[in-house]
Amino acid sequence: MNVKTFAEKISEGIQPEILFWVGCAGSFDARAQKVTKAFCTILDACEINYAILGNEEQCTGDPARRAGNEFVFQMLALQNIQTMNMYEVKKIVATCPHCFNILKNDYPALGGNYEVMHHSDYLNQLIKEGRIKLKEGGDFKGKKIAYHDSCYLGRINGIYEAPRSVLEELDLNLVDLKRSKQNGLCCGAGGAQMFKEDEPGNKRINVERAEELLATGSDVIAANCPFCITMLQDGLKAKDQQDKVMVYDLSEMIVNNMQ
Amino acid sequence: MQQVLFLLLLGVVAYFASKGFLRIRRNILLGKEEVINDQKAIRLNNVLLIAFGQKKMFERWVPAIFHFFIYVAFLFTQIELIEIIFDGILGTHRLFAPYLGGLYTLIINLIEILSVLAFVATIIFLSRRNLLKLPRFVKSEMKGWPTLDANLILLGEILLITGIFFMNGADGLLQNLQPEHYHPTGHFQLSSIFANTFFSGMSASSLVVVERFGWWLHNLIVFGFICYLPYSKHLHIFLSFPNVYYSKLTPRGQMENMPEIMNEVKSMLGIGEATTSTEVPEFGANDIMSLSWKNILDAYSCTECGRCTSVCPANLTGKKLSPRKVMMDVRDRADEIGKKLDTEKLDITTYNDAKSLFDYTTPEEIHACTTCNACVEACPVLINPLDIILKLRRYEILTLSQGPTDWLPMFNALENTGAVWQMPVDREAWRQNA
Repeated sequence: MNVKTFAEKISEGIQPEILFWVGCAGSFDARAQKVTKAFCTILDACEINYAILGNEEQCTGDPARRAGNEFVFQMLALQNIQTMNMYEVKKIVATCPHCFNILKNDYPALGGNYEVMHHSDYLNQLIKEGRIKLKEGGDFKGKKIAYHDSCYLGRINGIYEAPRSVLEELDLNLVDLKRSKQNGLCCGAGGAQMFKEDEPGNKRINVERAEELLATGSDVIAANCPFCITMLQDGLKAKDQQDKVMVYDLSEMIVNNMQ
Repeated sequence: MQQVLFLLLLGVVAYFASKGFLRIRRNILLGKEEVINDQKAIRLNNVLLIAFGQKKMFERWVPAIFHFFIYVAFLFTQIELIEIIFDGILGTHRLFAPYLGGLYTLIINLIEILSVLAFVATIIFLSRRNLLKLPRFVKSEMKGWPTLDANLILLGEILLITGIFFMNGADGLLQNLQPEHYHPTGHFQLSSIFANTFFSGMSASSLVVVERFGWWLHNLIVFGFICYLPYSKHLHIFLSFPNVYYSKLTPRGQMENMPEIMNEVKSMLGIGEATTSTEVPEFGANDIMSLSWKNILDAYSCTECGRCTSVCPANLTGKKLSPRKVMMDVRDRADEIGKKLDTEKLDITTYNDAKSLFDYTTPEEIHACTTCNACVEACPVLINPLDIILKLRRYEILTLSQGPTDWLPMFNALENTGAVWQMPVDREAWRQNA
């Protein structure tokens, strides 16, 4: 894996086709870093001409905007747009649905117009194009897998099928939750909840969701949001199931099962 | 005599109803101006499918079917109601019957079938609320008036249908006894069964009383209902149509941009014109006057069904937030301001009663929102509680400089390092140990 920044590639005379938006979680959170690396490994294997912004990337401003802090959001977003426009970024792929959503839906009003994809969609496309070739009988063959729809990918952007289609390629036994697709239950992290304590209540939202996931008797939970992954793992921990049921991002499930 | 009484009543109803509806209109327009006139074809299409066709109701089949019975019965009964009003004004009896002939028989029979279905639906709805006590109907914000309001309407519905059957049933029998006044209308299938069960063997004069009782009961319930609507959650029967029409068409994940702040930040960053405004601005919303008129239309369109609250992750896990309550709070606050404007003859531009929406919806409630959009998805008439929550959050953070203290380290980290966490390493450090 040899991940380069836009600055590095351009100095080598290469204009990257795709900006991989790593995001704060993907950059700093130990768990999400694994997803970042898995996704880069896949991109490398597919010989995609991509680059990251590296230290020039800043938070998209999603948690600030959803918390109500427009000043901080505008500061971050306008700087990101300046950077991306300078590098003539055309297409962005993000592994975080919050980054994906805000880049896609909120940045245009500030002058940032790009083609934005979430990696679920992108992975699905690479598989369909035959660029990702999966092994026969991979790690997940026949296993019971529950897919957790993240709000910002699913209900908010209407992307329900792409991640499911990726999972089906892995030859696994996909179980649907009672609360899925447009009725999916939030993991509890959105709207900047990730960065504060819960308001008083009688349960944590991630525990509620973990219970629902455990009730399916699945071996693995598939997700595609770094914050969902953290929340669901914590929920499983609260139920003392963290060693029995694993939570994986789609890219992690693919990376070990490529030919 | 009946004619005079009817006209008198009609006048009184017209007065009170128009006063009530104008009050609602005025209250909605207390909100900030927002121009919504784009994409008319899509908007009309939404009205057809979602308001008229009740598409989103059918996400939950059981209530959808029974609600559909009441809805269709309501629509068709309007034909009979128009006739009743004409009869009342002109002193005629079943004015439309001779003109419509067989079609009249068909329409009345259809109304009777729909009325029976609506009757069944009403009983089921009353049971769901009062016997089964479905969780969404007994949440804390439903205590008192909202519960009574719902039951009153359902009881009114039962009386209304009873009126139709008294009126039509007695009429059918009278057509044989006094054909000179009760001219033939063709056979009413269902009300004749009703009449043969309850009114058979009654004298003509008693039947006249029964018929008039049914007719007046129907009228009085309708008149009462019209005057009562502006005080009830039942405004949705009218307002859901404009509400769907004016609902948000931009992507769900798109938050309204704040150009004032964007321009100020641009000039700070040296990429835009310096802003010259010196007034201390107010951002977000803390009251009816700082919300959009569409937010208030949302509130008056809400029929408190609680689908939003029943899927809200915060509410499901015992937090105080209830999207339905957010809507009810906006409506109650609009009512309160409207009432004060009327009784104290105040001017809206200088209105200040030392209260705000935060006296209704507490910060704790809006802090619990995960912005997951489940409430937005759940609403059958496209009400958007999230939009209001986010405006309140903006006010709290930007205008009051308050908000959850937990967020301060995040804001500081974002401002100082461009990341949500204050980290000792470079953003791209993960590459090194890759």
